[in-house]
Amino acid sequence: MRRNVSLWAGIVLVGLVVGVALVSFAWTPHDPLLVDASVRLLGPGGEYVFGTDKLGRDLASQLMVGARTTLYVGVVAVGIAALIGTPLGVLAGMGANWLGELIMRTSDLVLAFPALLLAIMLGAVYGASTLTAMIAIGIATVPSFARIARAGTLQVVSTEYVLAARAGGRSRWWIAVRHVLPNISGIVVVQSSVSFAIAVLAEAALSFLGFGTAPPTPSWGRMLQESQELLAVEPRLALIPGAAIAIAVLGFNLLGDGLRDRFDPRLEVRR
Amino acid sequence: MTLLAVEDLGITAGGSPLVEDVSFAIEPGERVGLIGASGSGKSLTASAVMGLLPEGLTAYGSVRFGDRELLGAGERELSRLRGKDITMVFQEPMTALNPSMRVGKQVAEAMLLHRTRDRRAASKDAVELLERVRLPEPERLARAYPHQLSGGQRQRVVLAIALANDPALLICDEPTTALDVTVQARILDVLADGVRERESALLFITHDLAVVATVCERVLVMNEGRIVESGPTRRVLSAPEHEYTARLLEASS
Repeated sequence: MRRNVSLWAGIVLVGLVVGVALVSFAWTPHDPLLVDASVRLLGPGGEYVFGTDKLGRDLASQLMVGARTTLYVGVVAVGIAALIGTPLGVLAGMGANWLGELIMRTSDLVLAFPALLLAIMLGAVYGASTLTAMIAIGIATVPSFARIARAGTLQVVSTEYVLAARAGGRSRWWIAVRHVLPNISGIVVVQSSVSFAIAVLAEAALSFLGFGTAPPTPSWGRMLQESQELLAVEPRLALIPGAAIAIAVLGFNLLGDGLRDRFDPRLEVRR
Repeated sequence: MTLLAVEDLGITAGGSPLVEDVSFAIEPGERVGLIGASGSGKSLTASAVMGLLPEGLTAYGSVRFGDRELLGAGERELSRLRGKDITMVFQEPMTALNPSMRVGKQVAEAMLLHRTRDRRAASKDAVELLERVRLPEPERLARAYPHQLSGGQRQRVVLAIALANDPALLICDEPTTALDVTVQARILDVLADGVRERESALLFITHDLAVVATVCERVLVMNEGRIVESGPTRRVLSAPEHEYTARLLEASS
């Protein structure tokens, strides 16, 4: 095993987030939803590792349960975007010209529409929830997957092994599955990790605006929002969830980079 | 019977001619060189024979393979010939192989595509083909990915794929141009043996006269879309009749 620092750093950071989320199902130091006015705004240390918020809820427990929301958010949004965007991109790259144009111009249209605005709209129509927010972020991310998948497909399709397969009578479907998808999987994985980070930040932003995770479910984004009014006196309330978001985002970025280096056979030579 | 008969072949791009009045024939088992500078229409001629002209180009005239007319033939009929009776080796071995597929599997794929072997026989024969193109440790290399091979090894794999179905005609488009000289010589050896064993005919496209001299019995010289001279390799290279051939010889010596 050669040194692959970003892969291992990514695994450790993402593993930390996943581990914390899993543990939170079985155990948290305190009930994350328990409001106790007698312990309001306690500093870190002692019984409350990260202290308590303005309602006396344990910050560490909220952070642990919030990790679930973060992962849920990332998986749903990236899942929607990758599962819809990648096939669309391959189709745009391999199909007839008019079909490719149709797909790409439609995706330009979606791309021109701000993701947060779409989420707010969907939230207004279907009610604000984590799921609506994530479906909106997912839909808004479809074009970036379609775009990179198409670019990769065009590159693969111009190679001679595809020409040979086509010249020999292999169907487009067969070429897409055997030649195109394996060779663009690297860039799709990288795009997924970047999109994951964006989705986590978008959820934080939406929760901050009140269009994401509804109270009282803990979410890192909402913790940030609630810290706002006390920013001057208790910056800890913003810094701790902020650091958690940074760790998750960094972890997924590093993981994506590392996975690409690991699984793209072409990059191995240069290491 | 003549294997490949090209008659008055022309290729145009929206009215402007790229290749004109090209006629030549290849007998079964014959090794023919097609030489000329870049842009002289060598590769286009080969693409027209394979029915693989880029979009926007049209060919006219006649290309007969055995008793079949290839120009204007349906895609279905062509796809049965391509990769089986007529195969092709390209210049760049890196883009001829799928980087995410094991080498042995790619050789086997050529046989599975045309159903010349069943699945088990294909993977067994793939290893044997790799051995026949003189790759060291063929069993280990069959499980390797293209990037783990050197340029020369990759081109041998491509050659193994092209020879897998014992083609009647092998077309090589500058197969050794991307390789260094020593590797080039070994590839040419393997190539010559491969076609000789199978009694395949060879159409060898190159701008390298030394290569033509070692591999081909007969040579066609192309300039600006026309064949300007043809004849036995030795005669053409030693006593060129056309002024362009003489210039080509001068430039390479």
